[in-house]
Amino acid sequence: MGKVSVRFFARYAELAGCTWSHVNVDTPTTVAEVIARVREVFPGTQAMPAKPLAALNQRQVKLDAPVTEGDEVALLPPLAGG
Amino acid sequence: MHLTRDPLDVTDLLAQVQGAERGGTCVFLGTVRNDGDVTAIDYSAYEAMAFEEIERVLAEAHERWPGSRVMLRHRLGVIPVGEASIAIAAAAPHRDEAFAACRYVIEEVKKRLPIWKKELRGDGSEKWVEAHDHR
Repeated sequence: MGKVSVRFFARYAELAGCTWSHVNVDTPTTVAEVIARVREVFPGTQAMPAKPLAALNQRQVKLDAPVTEGDEVALLPPLAGG
Repeated sequence: MHLTRDPLDVTDLLAQVQGAERGGTCVFLGTVRNDGDVTAIDYSAYEAMAFEEIERVLAEAHERWPGSRVMLRHRLGVIPVGEASIAIAAAAPHRDEAFAACRYVIEEVKKRLPIWKKELRGDGSEKWVEAHDHR
């Protein structure tokens, strides 16, 4: 098992009830698997869309991106900058 | 330096991009609009990623228009209607490149920055803005 940091922003932080935490997952894994674990640990996040935007170590990635221990996965609501 | 909680200062941005070899300068301001009963927008960001993304967008603009210099500043926190949330200053040898670089930066920022807005209404209610609501 490896520890992966997870961060929640904006509406997703409200759903999760926190802005930062971590989950334990079998590493190496993928962003999609981390999100599946997040939905179990933070039931409020089940209200997120099936395929939310995600960033891995501060870069937006696809959900099949590989994740290893110590990585940071951030879940991003639809972007609305400007 | 790209993200601030203070009101935006265009003069300061202009000073960072203007130079004797750059004959065209343009400025874009994005301002909080009084849609419906909106009184202010509360902007939040994944700040570390937003900073890196802004650096990448500015580097891309510089690569596409090599003589240009572009700076941007995005304000975060509660911004009242009528005040600017983003300011971009672009200077280039000629106006075409200045306009193009400025346009490129605002469009990429809209697509890529991990920044979110929550509308605050006069009746005390709040609503997260989904990007497609305001394209």
